[in-house]
Amino acid sequence: MSKKESSLLNLVLTLFIIAALAAILLALVNKITSGPIADAQQQKEKDALQKVLPSFTDLKTIYIANIDGSDSLKVYEAISNGTVIGYAVNTYTMQGFNGRIELMVGFDTTLTIINTEVINQAETPGLGDKITKPDFREQFKGKNPENFILKVKKDKGDVDAITASTITSRAFCDALDRAYRSLKAWKGGA
Amino acid sequence: MNQWQNFSKGILKENPVLVLVLGMCPALATTSSAINGLGMGLASTFVLALSNVIISAVRKMVPNIIRIPIFIVIIATFVTIVDMVMHAFVPDLYNALGIFIPLIVVNCMVLGRAEAFASKNDILSSLIDGLGIGIGFTLTLTVLGSIREILGAGSIFGYKFIAPTADGILVFILAPGAFLTLGILMALNNLYKNKTSKTTKNS
Amino acid sequence: MEYVIIIISAIFVSNVVLTQFLGICPFLGVSQKMSTAIGMSAAVIFVLTLATLVTYIVYYALLAPLHLQYLQTIAFILIIASLVQMVEIIIKKISQSLYQALGIYLPLITTNCAVLGVALLVIIKNYNLGESLVYAVSIGIGFGLALIIMAGLRERLEFSNLPKAFQGTPIALILAGILSLAFMGFTGII
Repeated sequence: MSKKESSLLNLVLTLFIIAALAAILLALVNKITSGPIADAQQQKEKDALQKVLPSFTDLKTIYIANIDGSDSLKVYEAISNGTVIGYAVNTYTMQGFNGRIELMVGFDTTLTIINTEVINQAETPGLGDKITKPDFREQFKGKNPENFILKVKKDKGDVDAITASTITSRAFCDALDRAYRSLKAWKGGA
Repeated sequence: MNQWQNFSKGILKENPVLVLVLGMCPALATTSSAINGLGMGLASTFVLALSNVIISAVRKMVPNIIRIPIFIVIIATFVTIVDMVMHAFVPDLYNALGIFIPLIVVNCMVLGRAEAFASKNDILSSLIDGLGIGIGFTLTLTVLGSIREILGAGSIFGYKFIAPTADGILVFILAPGAFLTLGILMALNNLYKNKTSKTTKNS
Repeated sequence: MEYVIIIISAIFVSNVVLTQFLGICPFLGVSQKMSTAIGMSAAVIFVLTLATLVTYIVYYALLAPLHLQYLQTIAFILIIASLVQMVEIIIKKISQSLYQALGIYLPLITTNCAVLGVALLVIIKNYNLGESLVYAVSIGIGFGLALIIMAGLRERLEFSNLPKAFQGTPIALILAGILSLAFMGFTGII
């Protein structure tokens, strides 16, 4: 291996050129992939909407205030022949075992849960990832959080937690609860 | 050493996981299913092969005392590219592998090949070396993932062969199963190696 | 309360080595003797906390405002690598005895994926600075705990008669598997 003279200028210059090339390359790839990343996310949301809402003819996207923070939650208002028949809230929780979990929750106009669907999660395979299976989410169907406490039974709520995945189950409830309270506050104010 | 030996050494003789004990974190963490193991293996192979090529190409221009930081920048660049591409085109796999995609940067296997091979050899040999080691890594991870998925979930590459409501032996998908399966796999590999070295001695 | 949960979950429930598979290399590599295990643990706790502090500040003060999040990996690994070098030089200047105790472990820490892993995880988990630091220290303690238990086991293992194929790494992995099973029992406490 032949070596160039290692003067300070030489070192700084080489390092700088390599770093600059790397940054340019990454900016380029970021530009190329940001489109497909957004598309994939949108596709997931669209698929989830079909599952959590009754059949609709029209959709309206609105942003409502997140009751626990300063940001907003995305809500899809499902409209069938001119009347609103339900809402799908794109909600999230940060309390998952491996960070963020993103859900889509469908409510009818009385704020009864129609169905839930997981959009993004990274829970433990074999344990927490059971939130993606229908068995766990079945118990929320047709329940109104007014008289169905969105907490696991260990915390004196009404939700049956997944065995050995209390943290994930709690996180799931946290996301649902955020969607419900935000939607309720928005409806009360609107 | 001809190029074929250069390529095939990574698969058994210098298998990065089973023999050199490198890249243990992803080997344990991402093999909860066959597809995850395969995905992780291919992502690492991509980084390994391309960073080997670039490092070999610039090896004569890089001043010796800053070679390690430069290797790290090159490797991290390819890792970030893999990260973004997987996020865009295989989002479910991307979510399943999680932080282990950016962590390819600190996989000693990659920096190890850069320092031990690519910085001393020509571009073609470096590419072949990277592919060989990468494929050895991918095969090991896929086998490990398959064993764990078959035992732990009763399925292979997502196709379930036991009753749909039945569970497998769950512990094999969970953390303890990773350690146990890899430990036994490594012991089997040792057994095989001891046997073959004995026969060559006797003959 | 939040902090207590972070501490318990980082040390026991999701132990960094035994359930998250971060830092396996040093876990297998330096767990043969108790004295080296203790030295390594101390070095990891120190570097982990320092690295998390610096990467956290760089991420929120520099990368996020400039929308350069995609440079995260490259920036973090360079910060960690130079930080480790700096710590090594400083310790060497300040205390020769401390350098002899910790110095030899420092170069190994750059490629300890627990350090980069924690830096990335606190961003994913959306922790604030205080939570991040508590998390980093706890992860370091969890790493030390696993390493020291393992070293204790392996020191005894030297006197037992093992099948030849299991000697070295294979038996260490089996032991880690059994330890991991034991640690799963902690899941119930939170």
